[in-house]
Amino acid sequence: MKKIAKAKLNELYAKISESMGLFLPIKRAGEVNYAVWGEGKEVSLETLKTVKSPKNAFFPDSENLMKFKTEGKNIEIIDVRKDYKEEKPFVLFGVKACDYKAIEVLDRVFLADPVDSYYQARREATTIVTLACSKPEESCFCKVFGIDATAPCGDVTTWLDENYLYWQANTEKGEALTALVADLLEEGGEESVATQQEATKAILEKLPFSALDLSRFKPENLNDLFNDPAWEEMSEACLGCGTCTFVCPTCQCFDIRDFKTSEGVLRYRCWDSCMYSDFTLMAHGNSRTTQMQRFRQRFMHKLVYYPSQNDGLYSCVGCGRCVNKCPQHLNIVKVIKTLGGKNDD
Amino acid sequence: MKEVETKMLERAKELLESGEVARVVGWKKGEFCYDPSPATFESVEELKDFTYDWFCGANLSKYLIQISKKEGKTAVFLKPCDTYSFNQLVKEHRIKRENIHVIAVECRGKFDIEKIKAKGISFVTGAQLDGTQVKVSTLYGEETLEKSDVVLTKCATCNKDYQVQDEAIILHERTKKDVDRFAEVAKLEAMTEEERFAFWREQLSKCIRCNACRNVCPACSCVKCVFDNPASEISAKVNSDKFEEQLFHIIRAFHVAGRCTDCGECSRVCPQHIPLHLLNRKFIKDIDNFYGEYQAGETAEGKTPLTSYTEGDTEPNDVFKGEAK
Repeated sequence: MKKIAKAKLNELYAKISESMGLFLPIKRAGEVNYAVWGEGKEVSLETLKTVKSPKNAFFPDSENLMKFKTEGKNIEIIDVRKDYKEEKPFVLFGVKACDYKAIEVLDRVFLADPVDSYYQARREATTIVTLACSKPEESCFCKVFGIDATAPCGDVTTWLDENYLYWQANTEKGEALTALVADLLEEGGEESVATQQEATKAILEKLPFSALDLSRFKPENLNDLFNDPAWEEMSEACLGCGTCTFVCPTCQCFDIRDFKTSEGVLRYRCWDSCMYSDFTLMAHGNSRTTQMQRFRQRFMHKLVYYPSQNDGLYSCVGCGRCVNKCPQHLNIVKVIKTLGGKNDD
Repeated sequence: MKEVETKMLERAKELLESGEVARVVGWKKGEFCYDPSPATFESVEELKDFTYDWFCGANLSKYLIQISKKEGKTAVFLKPCDTYSFNQLVKEHRIKRENIHVIAVECRGKFDIEKIKAKGISFVTGAQLDGTQVKVSTLYGEETLEKSDVVLTKCATCNKDYQVQDEAIILHERTKKDVDRFAEVAKLEAMTEEERFAFWREQLSKCIRCNACRNVCPACSCVKCVFDNPASEISAKVNSDKFEEQLFHIIRAFHVAGRCTDCGECSRVCPQHIPLHLLNRKFIKDIDNFYGEYQAGETAEGKTPLTSYTEGDTEPNDVFKGEAK
């Protein structure tokens, strides 16, 4: 294991930035979100939950897919992907265990056949440096999904305490990054990390949501869950905004739109939300016409549909962002508590 | 606050049991002491989850647009600021007044859990007012904070009084605050154009277009928002460029100008803490300045400055120059 003094972290960021892009939690106008590092930026690794998850490193809020130019009867299609390929490799730094697990959830969607080449290009160009949690809070429940917040995976795993950032490479990419910054690292830290992990685990055990019962969320209960009368009451205060979906590290739905510009047509995609009234709007109409149906869709997707197609992997990682951010305090924990352990008969 | 909650609960039971109302709209308990949700109670049994505490900041008025169309009468608990939104929605013929029984309920400001957490306090198990201070109990012990540091932004400058009530449950009188709700606006006005632009650029660049501000806003009561309507050709789910980032909120503020009651829900719900209420307050301040003092939601009737013409009205050009006639 290696370590670097906290006071030298800026040197580490600068060194990485010389040859790679560096994407990490940065405070801007009072809020911490993942952004590109630069001199003078206020890095906040201590922030437990960035407002948005790091998913936009691979799956940005909006991105251009292609351009069309028309001249007479000819349409020229301009592939914009080559711009992405020329992008230099980048490092995603400070990813928490829950958010790292969420990347696995996204990978199964975007990297499965047919592969999403936009996502893939960024994913492959990225070295992920995770950061273990040491101060989980009451809205955290990653443990429910089998995640160990004290030992996240990734190309490099790091731990932060008062004085040092501890560093352990896990993969070839991680070794390469370690070599790049080798001059700044020194040996040691095993004991400090073990002590921190033990202390954190004691907190994790005591978290109020650490023992949520997921037993009813199985494919065979799909119809029962879908038809449960509790959805009406659970969703009644839902505003139909997209906060939960946009702060969620695993929400992956997008919309594709064309945008008329003075230089032709731009086709872009952007995050979409199943909470929005036009989410399933099609030529024939809309299959979901009430907020209850939209609300139900979101949680059924996380807890039943996705796992039934992905070897039982839930597409909630217990980050607790929706718990903190829903304007009316509706969230997946309330859904799990209401439906999760309910007896079938 | 417990006594107030007890009184409210008693009254809700009476109203439901007697059949005077078909439902009661209030708040139900959450997972913690600080995350109650708006809720409708249709039976005495359902009231077991009823709560009213220092964290019931949500404005219930907008829910009444749908609820007031239901069969039977609905009782609703409204805080002072909520009564303005209620009146405004009645004025706009969005709420059926005759179907609603308004119970004005005591409010001495609501607490913002995010502000408490920002002080480094977690695992909050309770909060009580103690004079000008707030005693916050946590798993680790008790913390004392200044009330002014932990109330919701919308409560910090609120001096509103109940504008409508069919009955009231008020056990403690509120003390008027010696604050100017336009102080923050005045600070922005005092900036140079460049500074002001930089301020809003920085703030609005955080917007994730979740639409929470729009969806919670009682003045945003369009059946279908133009931004959700694919046929409008300007529907958008994302700020595709900096221009849209800036303009979405400014356009929204224009659209609710003269109807915004300054309930402050937009800033309460913003996941990125953009001080959206300042845009609305700027418009309120300008309307006061150009057309004479006006408070939307004070009454459910009467003319409004932006929808009525008088010969002496300020010319648009004066508005642009920021000078009242």
